[in-house]
Amino acid sequence: MFTKGHSLGCCFWPGALVARCPRLSRQRTGTVLRIAPRSVCLDARKGGSVKAQGEAAACVLDSDDMRRAVSRIAHEVVDRNRGAEGLVLVGIHTRGVPLSARIAEEIAKIEGVRPSQGSVDTAFYRDDVGLPPRVPTGPTSVPVPLSGAHVILVDDVLFTGRSVRAALTAVWDFGRPLSVQLAVLVDRGHRELPIQADYVGRDLATERNETVKVRVTEIDGFDRVDVLSPHRGVLFE
Amino acid sequence: MSDYSASSDHVPAGAMQEISNHPRSLLAMGDLDVHRLGEILTLTQEFRSVLRRPIPKVPALRGKTIANCFFEDSTRTRCSFELAAKRLSADVITLTEKGSSLSKSESLRDTVRTLECMGVDGFVVRHHASGVPARIAAWVDHPVINGGDGAHEHPTQALVDLATLIEKWGSLAGARVLIVGDVAHSRVARSNVTAFTLAGASVSVCAPPTLLPPGIEGWPVTVSEDLDAEIPEADVVYLLRMQQERIVDDPVVPSLCEYARGFGFTEERARSLHSEAVVMHPGPMNRGVEIAASVADLPISLVEKQVSNGVAVRMAVLYLFFAGIP
Repeated sequence: MFTKGHSLGCCFWPGALVARCPRLSRQRTGTVLRIAPRSVCLDARKGGSVKAQGEAAACVLDSDDMRRAVSRIAHEVVDRNRGAEGLVLVGIHTRGVPLSARIAEEIAKIEGVRPSQGSVDTAFYRDDVGLPPRVPTGPTSVPVPLSGAHVILVDDVLFTGRSVRAALTAVWDFGRPLSVQLAVLVDRGHRELPIQADYVGRDLATERNETVKVRVTEIDGFDRVDVLSPHRGVLFE
Repeated sequence: MSDYSASSDHVPAGAMQEISNHPRSLLAMGDLDVHRLGEILTLTQEFRSVLRRPIPKVPALRGKTIANCFFEDSTRTRCSFELAAKRLSADVITLTEKGSSLSKSESLRDTVRTLECMGVDGFVVRHHASGVPARIAAWVDHPVINGGDGAHEHPTQALVDLATLIEKWGSLAGARVLIVGDVAHSRVARSNVTAFTLAGASVSVCAPPTLLPPGIEGWPVTVSEDLDAEIPEADVVYLLRMQQERIVDDPVVPSLCEYARGFGFTEERARSLHSEAVVMHPGPMNRGVEIAASVADLPISLVEKQVSNGVAVRMAVLYLFFAGIP
């Protein structure tokens, strides 16, 4: 009873409730960045596009690059931990969660054992006291006790290191892991804390005022990493 | 005693809207729109899982100090606000009328200003007179959460009840809620009518005419006096406490026995509920008056569920209203 979609139900993420609420289906109807060749490229960037005064978007990883990066990270994780025994992959919301699922999938292919998976949201652990409170974008759930586990934190972009710091605090509320390692798809530099990634999909030299935008099929409908620069144009469709 | 002693009786729902629209405070259910309500329910769900962790505490309000000003007796609301603040790593001062300088006739204004001078970041206020939290919100520079004022509003109770029902059913759209009992003296009824209506439920009220407030025609509810006719239709039977301490001077019912016969939720009445219906009560219960002793412990009763949701809901409210303070 009362299963008709109502806006109040929309704020819940467990599958059972989301399923009742068609409005929650993850459709992004926003603008689509279209990439055209451009003259100025930073390091390995594959091309960009320009429109009037605005931002420039340069695609730095396409879906094949992302697939290869995820696969390489999975191999490195297994190599360094000598198998998948005792591994728990913990994704940081939002896009770290689907990435951690992909790495788990790859590890399952390599080792035949799928490591446990969890997720953390850093909303309650942030250090920016005084800013408006943020509502978590997804649940913090760790299915197994972390005491004695090797935790692999997974995030899309490593930037200042602050969300990793917050995620570490969150992880500690679930037990005392044997070790915590960090896997990121993109390391864009500009660290403000002594935090380093153990597994990096791609190192990117970026300007501080640029934005690195990771899109994943599970959330955005396609796989791509773009660098958006404020001083170049961007073509919206 | 405080210098503020407004009469608490017969305040229609929404009547204090103008005062209560203090942007940073939660004084009445009307202060929340559907968006805010959705945020609170999302946060409630997240905090519910925080409370189940081995270490049920997050540092979200680290460094914040919350003053719990309970100028009227309370078990559930006071303890759950206090626990909620502690689970969010805030520091808590609890103030009651008896143990404070209010009993040396310091004025309410001086009392809350004193607390503010000590560096309090927010207030939770419960008072026997309607409108006190709104007055305090005007005197202080920090957010005020209404923990129940007179016969005006009790917004966090309404949020607890909404969260309990939405946890059970996922949505309240189309649900029929029957509120039974002393609506005239009940702040819970006022907040809950607003909350249930906002959530898409239809609300009816059942009480003897002496326990209906003047102006109930303006509420978004249907009114009835025949409980037995209403029960089979209801998805939720929400029983209000007979506020014996408020009705001693003004006998609105011949006797509590008489009331229990006509409007008490007996086992026999529970049998005429449909199979998925539930019974709620904001507590404290008068077993044998508005709810039969045995009914309160049946599986259809969500009373204990309401209490256990209290901490998570109040964590959500404290986080939303206090986390953004510089």
